Amino acid sequence: MTLRRISIIAIICFFGMGLLVSQANAFDGAYKVGGVFSVTGRASFLGDPEKKTVEMLAEQINKAGGINGKELKLVIYDDEGDATKCNLKVKKLITNDKVCAVIGPSLSGLSLAVIPVAEKYKTPLVSCAASYKIVHNEKTGKPYKWVFKTPQSDSMAVEAIYMHLKNRGINKIAIMSVTSGYGASGRSELIRLAPEYNMNIIADEKYGPKDTDMTAQLTKIKGMAPAAIVNWSIGPTQVTMIRNWKDLGMTAVPLYQSHGFGSRKNIELAGGAAEGVFCPLGACNIAEQLPADHPQKSVTMDYLKSYTAKYNEPLSSFGGHGWDALELVVDALSAVGDDKAAIRDYLEKKQGFVGQHGIFNFSPDDHNGLSKAAFSMVIVKDNDWALVD
Amino acid sequence: MLRIAKIPIAVFALFILVFPWMACQIPAIEHYPDIMVFAGIYCLITIGLSLLMGYAGQISIGHAAFFGIGAYISGILTVNYGMNPWACMGIGMAVTAVVAALVGTPSLKLKGHYLAMATLAFGIIVFIIFNEETQWTGGPDGMSGIPGLSLFGFEFDSVERYYYLVWGIVIAAFIFTVNVIQSGTGRALRAIHASESAAGAMGVDVARFKILVFVYSAVLASLAGSFYAHYLNFINPATFDLFFSIKLLIMIALGGMHNIWGAIVGTGLITFLSNEWLQYFEEFEVIVYGAILLFVTVILPEGLAGVPGIVKGWFRR
Amino acid sequence: MEKITLTSQLLQYLITGLTVGSVYAMVAVGFNIIYNVTEIINFAQGEFVMLGGLIMVFFHVSMGLPLILAFPTTIVLVTVIGILIDRFAIRPIRRPSVLTLIIATIAVSIIIKGTASFIWGKDPFDLPAFSGRDPINFLGAVVQPQYFWVIGFLIITAIALSIFFDRTIIGKAMSACADNPDAASLVGINVKQMILLSFALSAAIGAVAGITITPISLMEYDRGAMLAVKGFAAAILGGLGSFPGAILGGLIMGSIESFGAGLVSSGYKDAFALIVLLVVLFFKPSGLMGSIEISKIKRF
Repeated sequence: MTLRRISIIAIICFFGMGLLVSQANAFDGAYKVGGVFSVTGRASFLGDPEKKTVEMLAEQINKAGGINGKELKLVIYDDEGDATKCNLKVKKLITNDKVCAVIGPSLSGLSLAVIPVAEKYKTPLVSCAASYKIVHNEKTGKPYKWVFKTPQSDSMAVEAIYMHLKNRGINKIAIMSVTSGYGASGRSELIRLAPEYNMNIIADEKYGPKDTDMTAQLTKIKGMAPAAIVNWSIGPTQVTMIRNWKDLGMTAVPLYQSHGFGSRKNIELAGGAAEGVFCPLGACNIAEQLPADHPQKSVTMDYLKSYTAKYNEPLSSFGGHGWDALELVVDALSAVGDDKAAIRDYLEKKQGFVGQHGIFNFSPDDHNGLSKAAFSMVIVKDNDWALVD
Repeated sequence: MLRIAKIPIAVFALFILVFPWMACQIPAIEHYPDIMVFAGIYCLITIGLSLLMGYAGQISIGHAAFFGIGAYISGILTVNYGMNPWACMGIGMAVTAVVAALVGTPSLKLKGHYLAMATLAFGIIVFIIFNEETQWTGGPDGMSGIPGLSLFGFEFDSVERYYYLVWGIVIAAFIFTVNVIQSGTGRALRAIHASESAAGAMGVDVARFKILVFVYSAVLASLAGSFYAHYLNFINPATFDLFFSIKLLIMIALGGMHNIWGAIVGTGLITFLSNEWLQYFEEFEVIVYGAILLFVTVILPEGLAGVPGIVKGWFRR
Repeated sequence: MEKITLTSQLLQYLITGLTVGSVYAMVAVGFNIIYNVTEIINFAQGEFVMLGGLIMVFFHVSMGLPLILAFPTTIVLVTVIGILIDRFAIRPIRRPSVLTLIIATIAVSIIIKGTASFIWGKDPFDLPAFSGRDPINFLGAVVQPQYFWVIGFLIITAIALSIFFDRTIIGKAMSACADNPDAASLVGINVKQMILLSFALSAAIGAVAGITITPISLMEYDRGAMLAVKGFAAAILGGLGSFPGAILGGLIMGSIESFGAGLVSSGYKDAFALIVLLVVLFFKPSGLMGSIEISKIKRF
């Protein structure tokens, strides 16, 4: 009985405490930038490195004296991969925390969900998600006024893969994709761009993000005898797929992964099965392999060194998107201060910005600023990346 | 709960009325009305579910599916065909009613675990369909550009307006459901919960009532789904997954299953916990839900609605 | 690469289906053990599989214990967790009803999943295969040696359980509890202990499934829910309460999934098994090997 009493009193206190937990944020004399990332939840492999990266950057900037003497205050929320929470958090950042710009979200779907919020409240949004629809309003054919994004579009990765295949004289391919947003987006790009590169897709298989076995799909593909396989997934399924590919004795068929494969941990988990697998990657993944005169060499090496030193974990490709987003906003702040419209106008005109994933050239018609040159083709060799021509 | 008093309903309605004004005065909770809109939307679902589970004693672990059907029908018809959102809401409710009847009729013949499993399977299948039928639903990336609501030119385009719209409907649904509980139908439901064979022997058409309640709760969920779609202007399948069905169960269990107020209280608490008070750490959030659920089943089977009774019991000694 | 024949393809689907199905079968058997003694459906059953895999990773990979030691240690630890669940989540419930018990086990599964993600994070983990990874070529289909381990353990488990329930006193006592707990306690059987034992046994079997399947398909913190749903479906397909039914149900479910993915549509793979489940529930809820009389006697 006593346990019951204590628990009931605890509930009443807990309820009361809830009102105290949310506190007002009231900073002065600083530039406030907001960020919403999927730090936990189904996309934590995206949002966690993004959050860590921007926090690390803000610390570095403030240690060096801030932006024109003003402190950079980051307010970061976790949307947990959920559309409802993302919407609430972005609104909160704009109306409650009064930030001058928002970085993120990490997921394409969620970015699409909060575009109306950014447009309505006239706040620049620099998304860290990949879908081209984020910067392309299908009704007008132009980008949304207040929305930018830093990751390369899937189409660029697909084009990098198709170019490589075409140069090798391959055109009969099988594609596999995961049924998540990432996989679906990649798949539709693969299908859309196929005619342009003379690609004949003879098999189009799918699997779920929680699937543990793709032998059924691979067996079907084996039966069609393609000249190459392109797999579009992220997370553990990428690794399982490689193992199945090897176990079924299909290593004679070249396998191309999507850019989501860009983490040394994946090579490790594949346990040697990843030797010879191809993958298009942005510069920050292969910082060490870049030639010394590569324009992105110094920023990517710096990032690699400081991230691995501070967090003791391998660099993540996705953290780079966060790097690009925050540095763009910081650049704008130091040039024009924290007027939202001024930041937006500045970003739209920015040319030659050297980022982790490419060199950005924005324009009123292009709020992504990257092209397929942002990807290099890489092969797994001796358990590490190696550049391929 | 036989007599559901009018005064608490009036007090509650008053609270809802002044809440946005109150929230504006305190900067820390200025954004609370935004969260309250979602709480209201979820309340629509839990009111119906509470009737189904608490009063009629039937379990459903798949109600997210009906929420999703309403949302997607509203979304698809307004975005792809430019139809009037209110008409789509009605169509959504009608379609949901048909689906619920089709699924409910064979399912409700099952008992206990079998019924739970059937609703679970149904919920997952609908989720898979949302994910797979990309041509209609936009697939995992979701569907955006869903228009907001407006009535005769009055646009519900601000948090406050939508808040009053949703909560107005919630209170109407609440009063309607309360009337149902206190009517002959309510007595029949409670009889069915207590003992189906006895109720049948007394002349209650058990099968018909069970299906009726199931359809009613599904239709409310569908209505909630439409409101959700028009508020967020975006929906994706992840919102309608198994975990959301479980979250609905948690809301009702926490509030108290056998009391319609429990639905409102539990839903409000969980919505605020989930969107505001338990920030960061989704894993932590999940553990807290599990702990709350376990706590309620073991220590407080009547949920929070049972707390006043227990506290009164202490004072009587 | 030479094209493989249709028969080889079908054979491949079958082998994969049987392997995956063995895991479902073991989960279904675990369900049945608890159900038979307590009439509770343990939604946390899938988490035992997950824990088996991840804890084994801890002992064998992180701590370097040899396979022979790590295997039983893992099973013991997961069994202890099963016992804790009974002690702290099931037994304290004062007025058990279907709803309360279902909710309690759902709560437990959520807590375990959340704790696992705290401890192990979200990444998948790998175990070295028990006897290497050189594939065996069998009539054009490729078989991993680990598949044999999975199916082998299912067979061992099935035989061990049938001996246990039919030949040993404790086993018979457990069956008695299943039929009629009041009568059982009247003849001196400690029903509470039997319930504890059923959870322990279920957990152990789940752990075995997890350990054997991880070298094939990795293991991560949230694998449990889908496994529980499919295992439960397998149990109902075979007839709730029947062990041979559970095994048959599991193998059939795995095969339907595999053939469905290969021949029809890989996106709807999970739905096939569930649709079959719904069909069974609507037309013959007692399943393939259960009987209607027995399902009516049960309280739930």
